[in-house]
Order: sequence, then C-alpha cells, then structure tokens
Amino acid sequence: MAYLTCTDLSVGYGGSPVVSGIDFSIGAGDALFVVGENGAGKSTLLKTLLGLLPPISGSISFGDGATAGEIGYLPQRNESQRDFPASAWEIALSGRASCLGRRPFYSKADRAATEQAMRRVGAFELREAPFGSLSGGQQQRVLLARALALEPLLLVLDEPTTGLDPKATEALYETVDELRAAGAGVLAVTHDVDVALPHATQVLEVGADTAGIVTPSLPERPGASVASPDDESCEPLSAAVPEALPTQEQGGGAA
Amino acid sequence: MNPIEQLVTYLSYPFVVNALLVGVLVALCASLLGTTLVMKRLSFIGDGLSHVAFGAYAVAAVAGITHDMLIIAPMTVIAAVLLLKRGQSAKVKGDAAITMMAVTALAAGYLIMNVFGTRSNVSGDVCSTLFGSTSVLTLTPFDVAVCAVMSVIVVSCFVLLYNRVFAVTFDEAFAQASGLPVGRYNLAIAVMIALVIVVGMNLVGALLLSALVVFPALAAMRVCRTFRNVTIVAACIGVACALVGMLASILAGTPVGSTIVMCDALAFGLFCLIERAREGRGA
Repeated sequence: MAYLTCTDLSVGYGGSPVVSGIDFSIGAGDALFVVGENGAGKSTLLKTLLGLLPPISGSISFGDGATAGEIGYLPQRNESQRDFPASAWEIALSGRASCLGRRPFYSKADRAATEQAMRRVGAFELREAPFGSLSGGQQQRVLLARALALEPLLLVLDEPTTGLDPKATEALYETVDELRAAGAGVLAVTHDVDVALPHATQVLEVGADTAGIVTPSLPERPGASVASPDDESCEPLSAAVPEALPTQEQGGGAA
Repeated sequence: MNPIEQLVTYLSYPFVVNALLVGVLVALCASLLGTTLVMKRLSFIGDGLSHVAFGAYAVAAVAGITHDMLIIAPMTVIAAVLLLKRGQSAKVKGDAAITMMAVTALAAGYLIMNVFGTRSNVSGDVCSTLFGSTSVLTLTPFDVAVCAVMSVIVVSCFVLLYNRVFAVTFDEAFAQASGLPVGRYNLAIAVMIALVIVVGMNLVGALLLSALVVFPALAAMRVCRTFRNVTIVAACIGVACALVGMLASILAGTPVGSTIVMCDALAFGLFCLIERAREGRGA
C-alpha cells in the first residue's frame, strides 16, 4: 500500500490530454520529483492530483491513511501574496482551516499543531513577523509550516525553491528530507533538477505527451532519458540520498 | 444656534437617529468585507453589483412596490452568484463580464424609469439612487429594520466564517487542496457583498458604494500588518467616517453619500501620511 498511486493516468484540460501514461506510487519515505520542460504538463498533473482538475482517464488512489482532502500543499510562490497583510502565524494557522469542521474558531489542538509545524521547519521565531517582511526562504518555511499544520502524510511541493538562493534552497530540501525520514511521502515539481536530485528517490519525467519514471541514481542527464512508462519498481532508494539528516537548527538558517 | 445645539436638536428627531444607525451598520459591514475583496482583487464586483441593484430598484419603483428591498435584495444576490459561477467557466473574462452586466443594468434601470415611470421627478429619483442624496433621512421604520437585520446577518456570518474567509482569501488553491469547500465560502462572500450593497444603496447611493468597501481596508493596510488588525482597524475607520460624514452633512447641508465618501478619502490620505512618517522614522 502507498499513500498515493496513479495508474495509467492522463491529465489535461477540457477532455484533451496534455500528458498520458503516468504511473507511479508514493509511500512513506518516498520523494518523487517531477521534472520536465515548461508547458510539459507538470502543473496540470499537480492540479489533477490536488483535485483542482478532473483526470482525463486512468486512476488516482489514496491509501495507507492518506486521503484526497488531506494533502499538505506548498504552492508556487505567488507575487500577490507578498503584500498580503497577515502575520506568519496567521498564515501557518490557516493550514488548519479544513480541520475546523463545524467550529467557527481554532481550538487549542489547532494552535498546538501549528506551533509544532512551525518549530519543525524552524519558523516559530518568525510567527509575529508580517509575511511580506520575510525573505523568500523564510516565506517558503512559513508556507511549508502551513502545509504541515494539517499533519498530512502526503506533501506536494510546487517549484519549492524558485527564487531562493542556494543556501535557502539546500536548507529547504534538508527539511523535506527530515519530513520524509519521519514517514511523509513527498511529491515535488521542479525544473531545477541538479539541486533536487540528491533528495529524490524517484524522478518522473514529464514531456511530449508521455511520462516516465527514471531512477535518480542514473547519472548525469535525467532530462534526456526515455523510460518505460510501466516501470513501477522504483522503490529502492538511490545512494544519492544523504545519510545524515541535519538537525532543525541548521535548517533555520534560511534568512 | 451653535453647531452643538444644532446637533442636539437634530438628534432629537427619530429619523436622524435611524439614519445614523443604518449608516453605522452599513459602514461596519462594508469595511469588514473590504479587506477580503481588495486582496481577492474583487473590489470591482462590488461596483458592478451596485449597478445591478440600481436596475432592480428601477423595476421595484416602476412596479410600485413599497418595500423595494424585497425585490432589490434577491436580484442582487442572484447577480452576485451568477458572476461568481461565471468566473469559473467564463468565455468572457472577469472584469469584462462584470462591466457588461453593470452597464446593462444601469441602462435598463434608467430606461425603465424613464419610459414606465409614473412619478414626475424621474431625474431626481435617479440621482438620489445613484448618489444617495437625502434618501437616508427618509428611511421608514421598515427600512431600518431590514437594514439592521441584514447587517446583523452579515456581521455574524463574517465573524463565524472569519478563519475560513482568511484561508480562502490568502490562498484558494491551498484551501482546496486541504479539503476546504472553497466554492461554498466564495459563494458566502458573494452573498454577503450583495447584502451590503443592498443596504448601503440607501445611504451613499449605488455609484459611491464601493468607497465604503475599499477605502477603510486600504487605509488600514497602510499601518497594520496582520489580517486581524487590518480587519478591526478597517471596521473602526469605516464606522468613524460614516458617523463624521453623516453629522457633517446634517450640519453643512451637504449630500450624505458624497460627504461620507470624502471622509473616507481623507482618512485614506491620513493613513498614507502616517505610514510615510513611520517609514521615515523607522528606516
């Protein structure tokens, strides 16, 4: 059983597929990185997985305790959010909005989960700060905390490191590695293959109407490889995954 | 009579107190929703809906319906829902669709009043609906009651939905992915805007209504950096401007709506100055 399994999935708009033949599964400790050219269908795949678009054909199934409505989502950074009048705490806490049920206000448990999530990504000290005053890396941490506040099993990251400097990028991926080691499943979309590769257990290449899994241990140029779409046995972790997971304090140096 | 005595005299009239009460309630509702509308880039919808409300008013006036709110409110709410639904699968995109709807309702409203109107002073009626003028002082107890009920509904919905509204305003895609029924809350926001517009039309008129929504939020955003503070400060600014504007208009004999809107504009300017002064000192 895996958190998320896609079988012969086709995604696209208005009935016409952009990408077909997507097969993969993500379980505990997996990190699947989706790579491909701009316009190849990475965002379309992401929107479909998040339930913002209906799939054209094929199936998306959730299991092992993960459900469609409980995905920790780190969206692509959005310029219009930069001047949004809100504190980091308000934004992280809003990750719990779907846990409210019939209650109008957040409970102690909601606040505790948010605090834990913020500590985990090293953003708790930033909680009082206005979101707009934070650096790109700090903003990503706050948004990651928001995703984690939901206590999700499955994390979906959309271009998580766009606009971050190398140090902040590395720090963010180290945090993601920690989460993975703690049992989360991760799906990340990125165009920055070289930096992301050491943190991946599987790479899905999307492009030219089809998608294929390539294992990240294949050296040099994952973007050029053509893989068979029915290759499901990509579970073994590659040697590229770092052995020693860094501590939280190190991860906090994104500023 | 000095201005204070003059005010006391005016305040002894129930219709003046009614007007102040309605004004404060409307300004409170409008400014609460303002931050969400501004951040969702939806302030234009408020403007469009107020034109639709004018069209509905014309229909009600021509049909001779005394409690015209009973026509205006449902029609405006329906327009709000339609605009929102269209937004998701529209061939004509957002602002263009709103503009079309707005000008059509405006033109149709004026046409209906002109062609079928039975009252002699058509241009006076139109003017007071568009710019508010004196109509706020001629509110009937029924109008006041409807305004009060609608305002209470809007304020309590906003408070109860505050956390969800924030989540949907800040990041719709995330809210959707985390399992929040985003469509339902967007609909709730649209219905609240429509109700605010209906009750606000009597106060400042259809054309000036957006000012009550937009100015307090923008002014508060100059100095506050958390969503909760922006919301609270915007509500205070909105209420204060409405009160000051109404009292000033009574004393000076100026049109109510325009005076309130000028107060809002001045408040915005003031908060811009405060922000600049702070930046000058801080940085």
